[in-house]
Order: sequence, then C-alpha cells, then structure tokens
Amino acid sequence: MRGVRRAASFRGFYAGTVSPDPSLVRCHVVTGKGGTGKTTVAAALALALAADGGSVLLIETEGRQGIAQLFDTPPLPYEERRVAVARGGGEVKGLAIDVEEALLDYLDMFYNLRRAGRALRKMGAIDFATSIAPGLRDVLITGKIKEAVTRRHDGRPVYDAVVVDAPPTGRITRFLGVTAEMAQLARSGPIKTQSDGVMAVLRSPQTAVHLVTLLEDMPVQETADAIADLTAAKLPIGSVVVNMAAEPILPVDGLEQAAAGRLTGTDLSPALTAAHLPGGDAIADALAAEVVEHAQRWAAQDELRDDVEKLGRPTVELPHLTGSMDLGCLFELAGRLEEHLRDEVGRADRGVSIAARNERGAERPAAASGDVA
Amino acid sequence: MSAAERAPGRRPARSTTRTPAPTATALDLAARIADPETRIVVCCGAGGVGKTTTSAALALAAAEAGRTVVVLTIDPARRLAQSLGLEELDNEPRRVEVPEADGELHAMMLDMKRTFDDIVAAHSTPERAQQILENPFYQSLSSSFAGTQEYMAMEKLGQLRASDQWDLIIVDTPPSRSALDFLDAPNKMSRFLDGTMIRLLMAPSRAGFRFASAGFMLFSRIVSKILGGQLLRDISAFVSALDTMFGGFRERATATYELLRRPGTWFVVVATPEPDALREASYFVDRLSSEGMPLAGLVLNRTHPPATTALSATRAEGAAEEVQESGADGADLAAAALRVHAERMQLATREQHLADRFTSAHPEVAVRTVPAAAGDVHDLDGLRVMGEALTGADADTPTGTPRTRVLPARRG
Repeated sequence: MRGVRRAASFRGFYAGTVSPDPSLVRCHVVTGKGGTGKTTVAAALALALAADGGSVLLIETEGRQGIAQLFDTPPLPYEERRVAVARGGGEVKGLAIDVEEALLDYLDMFYNLRRAGRALRKMGAIDFATSIAPGLRDVLITGKIKEAVTRRHDGRPVYDAVVVDAPPTGRITRFLGVTAEMAQLARSGPIKTQSDGVMAVLRSPQTAVHLVTLLEDMPVQETADAIADLTAAKLPIGSVVVNMAAEPILPVDGLEQAAAGRLTGTDLSPALTAAHLPGGDAIADALAAEVVEHAQRWAAQDELRDDVEKLGRPTVELPHLTGSMDLGCLFELAGRLEEHLRDEVGRADRGVSIAARNERGAERPAAASGDVA
Repeated sequence: MSAAERAPGRRPARSTTRTPAPTATALDLAARIADPETRIVVCCGAGGVGKTTTSAALALAAAEAGRTVVVLTIDPARRLAQSLGLEELDNEPRRVEVPEADGELHAMMLDMKRTFDDIVAAHSTPERAQQILENPFYQSLSSSFAGTQEYMAMEKLGQLRASDQWDLIIVDTPPSRSALDFLDAPNKMSRFLDGTMIRLLMAPSRAGFRFASAGFMLFSRIVSKILGGQLLRDISAFVSALDTMFGGFRERATATYELLRRPGTWFVVVATPEPDALREASYFVDRLSSEGMPLAGLVLNRTHPPATTALSATRAEGAAEEVQESGADGADLAAAALRVHAERMQLATREQHLADRFTSAHPEVAVRTVPAAAGDVHDLDGLRVMGEALTGADADTPTGTPRTRVLPARRG
C-alpha cells in the first residue's frame, strides 16, 4: 500500500556526508521541520550536555521565547542568563538573540558606531537592511554563535558546548551557509571577512547539525532533503533525532496480527471474562477496533523507521510524552540524549585515528564530556 | 507548562462552584461548501496542524457535491501532491480526475517566485522587468523575504477569483508559525516596499542629482563601510528599477484583503488538540472578529475518540490487571487491549478538556472534530475519508458521540 519507496533513490550520495567527530563537537545546531519539537530537543540536549558539570549555552535564533516557555522563566533579554542547573554542578544558560541588538553590538565593537546605529534604528534602516538582505540577519546570528563557541577565558573555552535552536530544515542550509548567501550581496568588505570566519567554525569538526524528525512522511522527507543540502554545502551532519515516537503497548505477535487487521472482538472476549466487564461483545469489539488502530499507527511509524535508517546517520529515538512539557519531561528526554551522546563518543573513540586523538588532547577543558569517553 | 495553560482566561470564574463545560455548536461544513453563495474558503492555523490536507479534503468533498473547485495548496507533502497530479510546479491549476464526481476538482501548488516574477512582468517594460529579475536583491526578496509567500498566496487568490473560472476556491495558507501571518505579512511586505527607506533610497536617482537627507548620508556611509559600496549601488539600482511598481504593491494587497471581507468568503480555522495550536487558533478567531471577517468555525484535527466510552480509563486499567492475573489463554493480548483503551481514554479526556477550554473562551465558534488517521493521508481515498469526517452529519458516528466533541458530554 505504501507504493513509492523514495528512499531507494537517495542511497549513494551520503557517501560524501561530512561527519563531525562526536568527541570534539562543541557547537550543536538543532534543526527540524516546524512542529517536530526542535526547541524541546535543543533544550533537552543542552541539559544532557550540562550533566556532570558542563557549562552550556542554549541559543534561540527566532525570537519567539521558546526557551523561556520551556524552562518556565520570564522572557529572556539579549543577555546570557542561567535557565537550569544539571547534576554535578552543570548549568545551562539561555540567550535569545535579538538581531537589532546584535547589529548595534557589532557596529559598536568594530566601528565604534553605537550612536549612529541607534539613529539608523530609529529611521527603520536596520529593519530595512535585514529585510532586504535576510542573509545579513543570518550572518549576525551565526556571528554571535561563533563568538560564543570560540569565547575563551583564562585560556579555556567559556562554554563546554553551545546548543542552537536553529531555523527549520527548510531554511537551515541558507542560515548556516552565510558565506554563500553574503557573497551574493557583499562581495568584499568586513561583513565578507566576518562571514568567512563564521563558516570556518561551522564547517569544522567541532560543529554538528542535528536533525529532528517525526515518524511521518513529510518530516522524514524534509530531513532527507536537508541532509542532501547540508552535505552539498559541506556542513557537518550529526544525529537524526526521532521525536515523539509511539511505543507499542502490545506484545509483538499481537501487534503484527492487529496491524494486518486480523484481530476481532472474538479474539479478546474469552480472556476478558475474567474482568467481568459490562457490555460483553460490544466492548470486546470496540477494544479490538482500538487495538487495530493502535497497531496500524505503530506500523505506519515503523515503516518510516526504515527510511530514517537509510539516511545513514546515527539515530536516537525520544518517546512521545503525554501531558504538557515541563522540566521533568525535559530531564527525561535529556537522559535519553545523554546515553546517545555517550554511545556516539564511544563509537567514535574506538574508530578514531591517533592523529585526531592527539589533536584534541590539550585543547579540551577538564569539565567537558571527556569523563564519559 | 506553556503560557496558554497559565493564562487562558478571558472569562474569569466569578463563582467558586465549577460551572459545567460549555457546549460548542456544530460546524456544518457540508452546507457551507454546497452553498453556491460560498466562493472562497480559507483554511488557517499554526504550522503542522494539517491545513493542506484539510483544504484538499474539503475541495474533494465540494467537487463531489457538484461544485467546480480549485484548491490552492502551498506546501503539500510530496505524495499527496503526486496523488493530486501536482508533479509539475507550473503555478497553474490542473484538473484532478475524480471518477463519479458531479463537479470538478482542480488543484495547484503555489510557486511564490514565479507569482512575484509575473507581477513584475505585468507592471513594467520588458527591459526594466529583466533588470529587476536579475538584481540580487530581487532574488533574495522574492525567495526569502519573510512574508513573500503570504503575499503571493493572496496575490494568487486574487488572480483565481478574478478569472471567475471556478465557483469555489479553497485556499491553504503558508506554514508559518503564527496563523496571523497570513493576514499580516502581505501588508508588512507592501509597507516595506512602499516604505520610507525605499523612498529615501530612490530620492537621488529620481531627482537626477545627489540630493539626500542627512539620514540617508548616514545610512549610505555605514552601509558602504560595512558592506562595501557595491552593495549600496545594487540596492539603489533595484529600488529605482522597481520605481514604476510602487503603490501597486499596497494597492494589490489591499484589494485582496478586501476580498476576504466580502460575503461569500469563509474562514476555517484548523488546530490540533494541543495548547500551542489552540492558542494560535484563539488569536486568529479574535483577529477575524475584529476585522469583520466571517469565521465558519474550528476544525479540531487529529483527535483520538475511543471506540467505546462505556469503559473509563481507571476501570480499564483495573480490568487489565484482573485479566493479567487470571492467566487465561490470550490474557496478555486482552490485558494489552485494555491498556490501549485506558491510554486512549486519557488522551481523549485531555483533548476534550482543551476543546472545552477553547469553547469557554469562544462560545460562539462552531466546532468539528476530525479523528487522526492511522497513517499519513496521501491519496484520494484518504482525502475522501477525511472529507467524510469533515462534512458528515454531526450525530453520525459509531459511538453516537457528536462530531462536535471527542468524548460525550458528561450527564447530570
């Protein structure tokens, strides 16, 4: 019934995928189709990276205060604020990037032009410039990300990891590919230099772009498209995070029988008599109908698991938590991600070349995820 | 906890006793789409709630009810697009073969860049149009300006309506985070294109000599310093090439906006039973009423009504334990079935609760629930099933629970 196997056509090209080194990654960019829960995943990932004493910055790029909502804090200003603590003294700071403020900072820092910048803002010039050249907006945001990743204090990175709640998959390559975008508009000048510096960090093995998907057609398709685009742009791709995956309640054989629609009330009613339910056969039939639907929903999702696997990236599944998302849920998801990160680092370390090992040696701060490797 | 859950209230509870949940009125979409007076149906809502599928299902139902329908989709899933014959993105409606339909179904997918290009071509001389189309700023504006998609969706709607080839147009709206973007973005874009900065930038070339305000001097100095002089020259060239079109953008946006207010247009707000989606729906409903735009009602998409409501979640949990303990043949499967039901009842209860909260805030809004399909909808049969759920009679369900609700209203 699911005739077109799109996946068959995208084998091959993953050969060229740029793979980050999981033990070196310090800049985690989280993207996904709208509605897949990328903000939640980004927040949970930040908590996972902060466990055991890490210091993590969680950056919001789309100005909708999703971090504040998730962590139940007042709206974040354009300032790094602590939003959560993790075990072992770890902490997550949140930052909501405001493009206008970022531009004023930039003007101030490099040109000593803060006053002029303010005047421009009043004229609506900043809004104009970032509207007519959306790449300018992106270069300012990614510039801030690069600054946070590379910021050092006393010879050590200030943050063990930076997690970015990035724009959705449809825009991600454009967002991260600032050089290409700006090259079209500004062929020379300081912005060009700036965007080149940003690209150097984003294309390095210390960056990983993680893709959040659901087990539904469109998100999986968009993930595949995004992987193709990111690969073409030579951006390093991290893990695929399957979010809100349903977990089957039925035993495996029952699941298959039900998914095929071969389950009726009569299969259930003999065993049901023990519970002395009212309604008799009608209840048994209704239960069977629900079980069939549950199994078919699970089967439809399970079929997409093959497509996800064909993406050829490390994959982690997060369960569908019912009820509203609160800090407890976030920690639960963080636990799963932590396990996944540990596996990835372990796998990479077993296969990593001695050269890469030596290279990272002294660079790494004591508090980083090194103890788990 | 999201902000919506903390601040639901436009209706502060005055008494301490719990008032019964308000009852929503039934949304009769079958009558709406069959009514020859209905000429436009706009499906709005936050991203990811199933607007595209809803639009397509409504269009199919309308074609089967004898209307000549065109559905303008924005970003359909690939397989759904294929099943509607939308493999080529040619920005024109194509007939979809629907065997045994009394009417006709046409479908199209919006190509926003092409729609923009067409506007440019229609409003300037060929050389000038060429100049605009090749300018890097035009390219970035027509492909990535926030709001281009919304503006072009409205533009296309205006064109479809003007051609008078269809007696019903069903519009899907762009997958923006906020449903309001559909109404706001076109204005934002026309304001931008007709705005002060553009005029300022045009001033030099128009006057024919270097006359400019102090503000413009400041702007150009900073832009040249940071972005390089080339950029400023490109902007100026772009703006002066667009010269002939100014005013036009705003005019067109206003005209289409007015179209949405005319009798014969109906808005259908789509939401899933999630706090965020319902909050968006709530904002949108308020906005429509303040704009005097007609709302048909709310489609609460992807609900999970149970197959029986005779067994509560708690009783099902208890029964599952009893069955398990009995150790009878097939006890595992039967106990699992009871747990599936318990989970389903909990989910349905939560969904009904969210629906009730929406209705207490907007008692005047008619509601229709549409059960979630087991998998993705990607063919005409799937659309027909959904169309049935959208347009079927309110009381016509296996459990007798009206389609206005997920669970029956509590008695007594």
